[in-house]
Amino acid sequence: MSVLTPIAEDLWTNEAEPRLIGGKLSSGKIVFPMPAGDAAADVEPWPLSRKGTLWSFTRQDFRPKAPYEGPGESQHDFVPYLLGYVEIPGEVIVESLIVDAKLEDLKLGMPMELTIVPFNNQHTTFAFRPERAA
Amino acid sequence: MSDVYIIGAGIHPFGRTDHRSGRDQGVYAVRQALDDAGLEWSDIECAYGGSASSGAADIMVNELGLTGVPFINVANGCATGGSSLASAQYAVGSGAYDLALATGFDKHDRGAFNADPKSYGLPEWYGQTGMMLTTQFFALKIQRYMQLHGISRRTLGLVAEKAFRNGAKTDHAWRRSEVDLDTILNAPMINDPLTKYMFCSPAEGGVALILASEKKMRELGADGVKIANIAVRTRPPNSFEVFQPAISVEEGGKPTVLASKAAFEGAGIGPEDVDVAQLQDTESGAEIMHMAENGFCKDGDQEQWLAEGRTEITGKLPVNTDGGCLACGEPIGASGLRQIYENVQQLRGRGGARQVPGNPKVGYSHVYGAPGLAAVAILQR
Repeated sequence: MSVLTPIAEDLWTNEAEPRLIGGKLSSGKIVFPMPAGDAAADVEPWPLSRKGTLWSFTRQDFRPKAPYEGPGESQHDFVPYLLGYVEIPGEVIVESLIVDAKLEDLKLGMPMELTIVPFNNQHTTFAFRPERAA
Repeated sequence: MSDVYIIGAGIHPFGRTDHRSGRDQGVYAVRQALDDAGLEWSDIECAYGGSASSGAADIMVNELGLTGVPFINVANGCATGGSSLASAQYAVGSGAYDLALATGFDKHDRGAFNADPKSYGLPEWYGQTGMMLTTQFFALKIQRYMQLHGISRRTLGLVAEKAFRNGAKTDHAWRRSEVDLDTILNAPMINDPLTKYMFCSPAEGGVALILASEKKMRELGADGVKIANIAVRTRPPNSFEVFQPAISVEEGGKPTVLASKAAFEGAGIGPEDVDVAQLQDTESGAEIMHMAENGFCKDGDQEQWLAEGRTEITGKLPVNTDGGCLACGEPIGASGLRQIYENVQQLRGRGGARQVPGNPKVGYSHVYGAPGLAAVAILQR
């Protein structure tokens, strides 16, 4: 079995419970993702909290054109996927794929948590899922 | 700046015209606008125009004539038309010229636009993972708005039903058949809560407008409509726009609100004075949200407005009288100017089957697009 690699480097931390890496501007404002190139000057990498609440959501019902690299090859083997924005309180509202849920399960304000999931046959990516009761 | 008038308006029908390039559709519109104003191409003193996918506008001189006219190419995304019009207005309003052309045209491939992350300054993973689609942005924005402000799915459907009803009465519209509410609501979903009939499609078309100083209009005895104000605004801090991997937790302003306020202030009138409005309706929800962002109603009031038919051609505030983007499609470079064309026709009483009754005096138009910009134009008779 081939080992999946992250869809991008330095998008999340390499720890047991990974965190997305945002940036803290000199003004104190938190952004995501961490800016690159000249825009990264004076920006401190800032791992975001893993938990937040659902801010909005939708389902992608047709296969996007390139540069989409999701699993499958055509509309015939395309499986609709969920996505939305998750508000990380006091930090930033992050756009993300949503997993382990059906459209009808999703409600504004519901608790969500970060997870890293297989994306295609090469890469993993980040996603949020409804928070599981401890 | 002195007053500027639109004295000629031309349009190439929107939709699909396989045998004609985007730029040729622009040339068609320019010739129609010249005829409308009773002018020759050689009369035009300066020109502004552009497209998103059909190349530079200044090449039109090959077909229109090598008169030596200064022709400025405008490339401003969804605001290309609005920016061309604003530039032509400044050129005439400043007194530098008496006659100017503003034109926009386009011809896009079928299906949703596919955006390149790099050209928007975004990381590749954002596109690779399937989150960089304009349709998703509109669905995410209206999903939240519906829940916060009590807008129903049925109301989304009513907006689309009205668009196709108006489009059926409009010569330049692409979708010329009515579609009933049940069909709209039960059509395949694109991005929940929006079905395929609630989205506009990339399309083709061209529009041209001839602008004149007041002196020139009188000299020509032309049938002019005054440009009361044009305002173009890019996004303020902390706003929620197309193509954002993250949004600020602080609620920010909106480019549409800024452009609308500036245009109303500049024209010295308010939303209550508007007789006919063309609002960006990339999808049904956009028209609903833009009714409030442009100051015509409070958030949530749209539910009642649509139920009562207030935005119908015979209503208190007719919105998107030619069917808007939903019925006309969206050729990016031409779309904003189509709205102006429609208002010019309405204020001149040339709307035919879709004419707003009671001699409308004030026409309002609003365009919104990536990466978060809005243009508002107010015309007055």
